[in-house]
Amino acid sequence: MENFEDIALSTAVFLPLVGALLLMVVPRENEGAQKLIALLTTLATMGVGIYLLAEFDYAASGDTMQFVVNRPWIDVISSRYIVGIDGISLPLLVLSMFICVLVVLYSWNHFPSPHNPKAFLALILLLETGMNGTFVAQDLILFFVFFEVVLLPMYFMIGVWGGENRQYASIKFFLYTLFGSALMILSFLALFFKGGAESFAIADLAQSSSAIAHGTQLLIFGGLFMGFAIKVPMFPFHTWLPDAHTQAPTQGSVILAAILLKLGTYGFIRIAIPILPEAAVSWAPWIGGLAVVGIIYGALGCLAQTDLKRLIAFSSVAHMGFVMLGIATLTDFGINAAVFGMVAHGLITGMLFFLAGSIKDRFHTLELSRLGGLLIKAPKMGWILGFCVMASLGLPGLAGFWGEFPAILSAYNPAAGVSEELFRFYMVVAAVGTVLAAGYLLWMFQRTAFGEPTEEFSHEPIPDMQWPEYAAWVPLLILILVLGVYPNLLFGITQEAVQHVVSAVGG
Amino acid sequence: MDVLSGPVAGVFRAPDVDYHAFAPELVLVAVLVAVLVVDLVLEGRGRRLVGGLAGIGLLAAMVPVLTLAVDGANRSMVGGAYVVDDFALVFKGLFLIAGYVTMLLSSDYLADDDYYEGEYYFLLLSSVLGMMVMASSRDLISIFVALELLSIPAYMLAGWRKRDLKGNEATLKYYLLGVFATGVMLYGMSLIFGITGETVLTEIGSKLQGPGASLPLVSLGIVFVIVGFAFKISAVPFHSWAPDTYEGAPTPITAFLSVASKAGGFVALMQLVFIGFLGRDDVWQPMFWVLAALTMTVGNLIALRQTNIVRMLAYSSVAQAGYMLLPFAVAGDLAKGPGAAMGPMTTYLLIYAAMNLGAFALVLAVARKTRSGEIASYGGLFEYAPGLTVLMSIFVFALAGIPPLGGWYGKLVVFKTLLDANTPWAIVLGVIAAVNSVIALYYYASVAREMWMRPVPDGDTTPVRVPAGLTAALSLCAVATVVIGVYPQVVARFGDLAVFSLLP
Repeated sequence: MENFEDIALSTAVFLPLVGALLLMVVPRENEGAQKLIALLTTLATMGVGIYLLAEFDYAASGDTMQFVVNRPWIDVISSRYIVGIDGISLPLLVLSMFICVLVVLYSWNHFPSPHNPKAFLALILLLETGMNGTFVAQDLILFFVFFEVVLLPMYFMIGVWGGENRQYASIKFFLYTLFGSALMILSFLALFFKGGAESFAIADLAQSSSAIAHGTQLLIFGGLFMGFAIKVPMFPFHTWLPDAHTQAPTQGSVILAAILLKLGTYGFIRIAIPILPEAAVSWAPWIGGLAVVGIIYGALGCLAQTDLKRLIAFSSVAHMGFVMLGIATLTDFGINAAVFGMVAHGLITGMLFFLAGSIKDRFHTLELSRLGGLLIKAPKMGWILGFCVMASLGLPGLAGFWGEFPAILSAYNPAAGVSEELFRFYMVVAAVGTVLAAGYLLWMFQRTAFGEPTEEFSHEPIPDMQWPEYAAWVPLLILILVLGVYPNLLFGITQEAVQHVVSAVGG
Repeated sequence: MDVLSGPVAGVFRAPDVDYHAFAPELVLVAVLVAVLVVDLVLEGRGRRLVGGLAGIGLLAAMVPVLTLAVDGANRSMVGGAYVVDDFALVFKGLFLIAGYVTMLLSSDYLADDDYYEGEYYFLLLSSVLGMMVMASSRDLISIFVALELLSIPAYMLAGWRKRDLKGNEATLKYYLLGVFATGVMLYGMSLIFGITGETVLTEIGSKLQGPGASLPLVSLGIVFVIVGFAFKISAVPFHSWAPDTYEGAPTPITAFLSVASKAGGFVALMQLVFIGFLGRDDVWQPMFWVLAALTMTVGNLIALRQTNIVRMLAYSSVAQAGYMLLPFAVAGDLAKGPGAAMGPMTTYLLIYAAMNLGAFALVLAVARKTRSGEIASYGGLFEYAPGLTVLMSIFVFALAGIPPLGGWYGKLVVFKTLLDANTPWAIVLGVIAAVNSVIALYYYASVAREMWMRPVPDGDTTPVRVPAGLTAALSLCAVATVVIGVYPQVVARFGDLAVFSLLP
């Protein structure tokens, strides 16, 4: 299949779109066919992902993109359809495909009100197109388009299928991210004009950017920073996240936590740092500072929550803080840790949101004060929650550890030109953050799983795990364990590409 | 070979007529007369026939436009006053298609409410004819004639619902302010003619670059002419007629005014500014800066507070005109010369036409059931008309500029022009525009919120019946909006064509 190599990435991006269009023509009543189409589409896309994993040349040096396709798109503005992947995009791309399969599986009997599986599944598939596209785009205009494609489906998913306060949460999410992307696109254009690049291809821009005056570089980086930091989200731009997560349906929360947030951190690694390495060095202390503030703030925020889903949302702010700290060191060690942290957070927090959804289905509440005794009522689910809590707080041997620990360690020795004292201070703060993380996670686990069930649920039968839950969760749990035991599985993929990114900084 | 100087010099020679170049206009004139005669003979009994004839006429006029485009030669007539080039052809195509879509929207609307039809089509065709002439006019007098030809039928069409008070208000406001604006513009033209002694734009252009061009009177003339057209494109602070007129006019006419008539104004402005006033960017550039900033900001802020969908779309179209004015505001600073600002404007206009016509078509479709123009009446549309809901979402989010739906590319090229100019003023304007596009999302999204997330207000969930003409118009606009968004090269090409042909 030599020719498939050329269309593999495009297939990975557009197959879900085809599936979504196919769904549109299925009659509304025929839910079985709708679920089947959605599942087959995501599975087929995952198949492309497995093909990519198998054919990817892991030994290739980090500066070459693989599976590259370069076709004319909008000649008038020198933007081309360029897609390709390296060791940084590959894990995230496959993660996105993987999570989408699981989300569709989980949806089998978990359609939030107002039901309508047809539209719901179509939105999941549209989201997948946007996410996959963002991870493979190698042209800034193309990147921008895919980056934005995810907004509409997520807006509708939260706004239509969300909780009580869904209309507020959905528009807040939309406005926040749109504000970020408006600044981001202005920065892209500024990069193009100030550097006098030949095209919007990332590779071209990385070469031409050195022609830009240092002050201008700092400003442009600021614009990019706003766009990506809102998406991550970094403190103080995180306020949309708890609302969006709390109101979103389970599937929406999972996709949001597992993949959408990564679009922001991925943007830093793929675009901001390689194109403007000098500005990145100047900005690094600020990014690192906001990252550790986010770690502490997120942790303290968690301790103050009374709602399980909101708590997990705040823990995302803290975890993404570790990822951003790793990125801010601008070292290969730190960025490797960051990519690992992105994948691990995707698996673990995605899993936690699945659990929160299932708990909500059974107890009809996520108030921590009303929960309790999950281990008695539904022991299997309770133990899975325990497993995920351990993974999330960074227990060695599970995936979470390899995102968090190396990120902290990397802050000990940041890249040349970045203040060592400052980052060592950040390191200490981040280490305190891990203690707090253990605190709030164990506290949360204790409140929901230990003890006796509260009065109102003590006589109500609570069903334990059902097959769609097994189907969606077991693969995640296995991966969390495998990556925890053998992290080189992922580090081996990212290493070369990360080194190439860091070489631009000169570290 | 100046037309005016001919008779004075005592030698009159009939100008050579290139019938191929005039063919689109001639076809339209023929159809227009036919419509009038057929309606007269059948005494109003041939409703369908007259409407069909008018629609076919518009499509027939498209044929010579295409043959001229294939031919590709620039044809200049009557001493450079009337030119058929790529720029003109791109816009002639746009006007014909916009006219045809308006025709599709009108047929059932008119039949439902028992309004006169024959005259309606006649006037609509006349207005389109005026626009066609406008696209080729490179002379102050022919621009004026074209403007009147496109405006006067539009004044009458705006008041077509003559038993409706709002309809009367619509037409009166539009007429009075329109005539006033024309007066201001004519005065400006007279000043420019008085100083340069020329009416042909290319001649004016070269005179205005010579000595004496910096006279205050020249500046005054330029300002007056631009103000006159600012009314036409409803730029703030000359926009006050637009919301009332849009609300009171029959909805198909509102769609027509907000797209075709506005495009007509922009075409005239581009020709005047980029040919006639090319050397005087010191006058028009600051003026457009202020107009653009005000138009975007005021349009968007007022749109936020609207509860009526047509008024909201009216203010949204005011704001959209603001984005389209942006390239004017920096044209003088562009590295490739001021003409490079035309590509983005043309591109934006083409995209805007597709999405705005679509939005109005949808308003028409929904109003057939709800009989209301309130945004609240869109509540729960997703439950009983999912297809229409998806279409409306496509149109409003395209207007908001969310990729991958049409509008984003228009915004992108406009922003690109601003950054290309690379002056502090341009950057400031870019930031104002960026903030504005975020504000705008709020009211566009509020329509989506109503349709997707709110309950049906009166509990009536009988499906909406959409007649064939409307379906055709909706599909045309939706396909155009999505295709442009995914593969913008299709419109970008036309934008480029327009630039190269008009530049001296």
